[in-house]
Amino acid sequence: MAFTFDHYKTDGFFDEMFDEQGNVRPAWQAIRKRVEELPKDELLNRQHAAERALMQMGITFNVYSDGAGTERIMPIDIVPRVIEGQEWKRLQDGLRQRITALNLFLHDVYNDQKILKDGIVPRALVESCQCFLLPCMGLKPPKGIWCHITGTDLIRDDSGTFMVLEDNLRCPSGVSYMLENREISKRTFPEVFEQMRVQPVSNYPVRLLEMLRHISANPSPTVVVLTPGIYNSAYFEHSYLAQQMGVELVENRDLVVHDGFVKMRTTKGFQIVDTIYRRIDDSFLDPKVFRPDSMLGIPGLFDVYKKGRVALANAPGTGVADDKVIYAYVPRIIKYYLDEEPVIPNVRTYMCWEEEDRQYVLDNIDQLVVKEANEAGGYGMLIGPKSTRAQQRLFGMKIRQNPRNYIAQPTISLSRVPAIVDHHFEGRHVDLRPYILYGENIEVIPGGLTRVALRKGSLVVNSSQGGGSKDTWVLY
Amino acid sequence: MLSRVANSTYWVNRYIERAENYARFMGVNFSLALDLPPEVPPQWGPIIITMAEEASFRQLYGAPTRDHVVQFVTFDTRNPNSILSCLWAARENARSIRESISREMWEHLNQFYLKVRERADKRNHDLNDLQDFYTEVKMGSQLFFGIVDSTITRNEGWHFGRVGRFLERADKTSRFVDIKYFILLPDPNTVGAPIDLLHWTAVLKSASAYNMYRQAYGVINPTQIVEFLFLDKKFPRSVIHCLRQAETSLYEISGTSLTSRYSNSAEKKLSRLCSEFEFVDVKEIFDFGLHEYIDQFQARNNEVAADIFNTFFALKPVGEQSS
Repeated sequence: MAFTFDHYKTDGFFDEMFDEQGNVRPAWQAIRKRVEELPKDELLNRQHAAERALMQMGITFNVYSDGAGTERIMPIDIVPRVIEGQEWKRLQDGLRQRITALNLFLHDVYNDQKILKDGIVPRALVESCQCFLLPCMGLKPPKGIWCHITGTDLIRDDSGTFMVLEDNLRCPSGVSYMLENREISKRTFPEVFEQMRVQPVSNYPVRLLEMLRHISANPSPTVVVLTPGIYNSAYFEHSYLAQQMGVELVENRDLVVHDGFVKMRTTKGFQIVDTIYRRIDDSFLDPKVFRPDSMLGIPGLFDVYKKGRVALANAPGTGVADDKVIYAYVPRIIKYYLDEEPVIPNVRTYMCWEEEDRQYVLDNIDQLVVKEANEAGGYGMLIGPKSTRAQQRLFGMKIRQNPRNYIAQPTISLSRVPAIVDHHFEGRHVDLRPYILYGENIEVIPGGLTRVALRKGSLVVNSSQGGGSKDTWVLY
Repeated sequence: MLSRVANSTYWVNRYIERAENYARFMGVNFSLALDLPPEVPPQWGPIIITMAEEASFRQLYGAPTRDHVVQFVTFDTRNPNSILSCLWAARENARSIRESISREMWEHLNQFYLKVRERADKRNHDLNDLQDFYTEVKMGSQLFFGIVDSTITRNEGWHFGRVGRFLERADKTSRFVDIKYFILLPDPNTVGAPIDLLHWTAVLKSASAYNMYRQAYGVINPTQIVEFLFLDKKFPRSVIHCLRQAETSLYEISGTSLTSRYSNSAEKKLSRLCSEFEFVDVKEIFDFGLHEYIDQFQARNNEVAADIFNTFFALKPVGEQSS
């Protein structure tokens, strides 16, 4: 017996594999055929083998709430998600455009501040951002690049239109899952993979290293990856990338500022480091400049950086451009620097500090998602359709009192793809995080991390809340 | 090579070697217990004494019964040197240097640890299972070192690993001999009697030395056993062999030739210790006192390890004030 899609339901959502009439979309035909050919046990065995492989490779995160320190893998669904070449080309153009504009914005905000002087983005909003770092004023990072590595979160709405949900300009994680998921799907569906002509992602580490070398003034630089250590939930990824690039993985205790350079402790003495791909937050980088209580940073690092004697990726201060409030201005930022319309739209965002928007939010609060601007991870949020009248009244009051602190967006039902659930297929909501490298050119890696909300009906794709992942096949 | 990475490589190897040797301790004591005449009770206390864990054991368990010793030596995570703790520490160290070891090394060690941990969760440990289990641990370690030998470039990291592995092994082989000192004979007149020889045979088996010893000497004779386990240059678990191997790798790390003078204090201490074993003979060891000699060796071996730490791993910036 094999799996079948005969009873698969799209439930009125935008389904990426089937259209409204229930016909399989052309790009997915080969996958459907192969899945329906394979005996059920065989497919399930491959699913289990994939999970075992992840456990064996130690691609796990720790569940701290559990006293025993249980390790879990992020579940993977072995049936890949497909994106057509044409669609991808548009996304690629859109992401390039967006990164170019955001990079110009960062340079401007920390130098001449033309965009603030011209009143396009309100100065007060920028300066009240937690991620706006005063010590970065006047900073000119090597080759003018601020956001070297970006992972932009994209979603599709109920018409299938791709939109940007979030810009992650501060060392986004997840790229190791993209790479390992690909290894697994190549082993699971080799025939289909070959037949469908999928664009490769495996040269990501090579590209990453090229970029990290490009931003150093030294023609043969020493590159390192800086990690907070093995207890960080993304430690596997830090180690994996260092290994794939063949560079040292360092912790802060390996580095020291000495004679005006950053150096690492080796068994043969101190050695100068030229480029640091740092996976620790801005505020922890250097206790002399940022948080003085940081145990993860290197005292004096920022000073060496400002003198151009070490390169950092990403540059400190990039967080100001992926702030929730600034996000609402990105279409205008693109227009201002590039004189272009955004290729990939934002999710419509109502800014409560603008009168017209505020009135709309107050009138339609039962249908909107209201977010507190400075909160992350689902705190301080009102989901209109799922809230009580009393909660809505409370938020209405808060918005009137402190409009600066609130934005609102329409409730979006994310697109769905089929996932294996208890021996059959059910539609599950997904998002997509492609990775973009900014070195000599801006390169969008054809693929990304597809996160799946594995719980029925859930829109939350985070791994801590029942999220899993899928490989993403971008076709030529 | 990063000092921290060198340090972790060294410890991954030491911890795995340690886990293997404790599995050897336990495995052999099990088989010895079965071989004893009915009127002689098996002794589990000496293992704890030889491990130098007596105080913490007594605090946690009290009397050294078989089950207590099994739990303490094998699965108890409160004992930092239990087999499970050693494998945990090896794995955590390996996790912190995954980028510099081979994928096979990591995957094997990860599985090895997960398997032992799974076994630890099983509460009742019956005799048959345990014997197989200790064999599995031994094999798991040997496979690890096999993987190291066949996947790692002979670079600094490889040599640091060897230094860790062989210093640990030298220490443990000396403890196999020492355990005999603590096993009580029914009465002093049984020295040289079958039961005494049974113990000495167990010591040989702990070190996988039984066959090799037989080939070299034939009869079971305590003096010759000590000579074999301490001074045989060709047996891979003898103290002198391990020290020599560690010495070779230590000099490779600094690039100093073994035939010229040492270049740092770790080399000096290790070479001096090697010379001691080079020129001592077994009669002198017994005249000095076997147990005392072993104690002194272990202390000097630890000094070598401390000097390696200071020379390679604990680098401080010169002329820099800590503010």
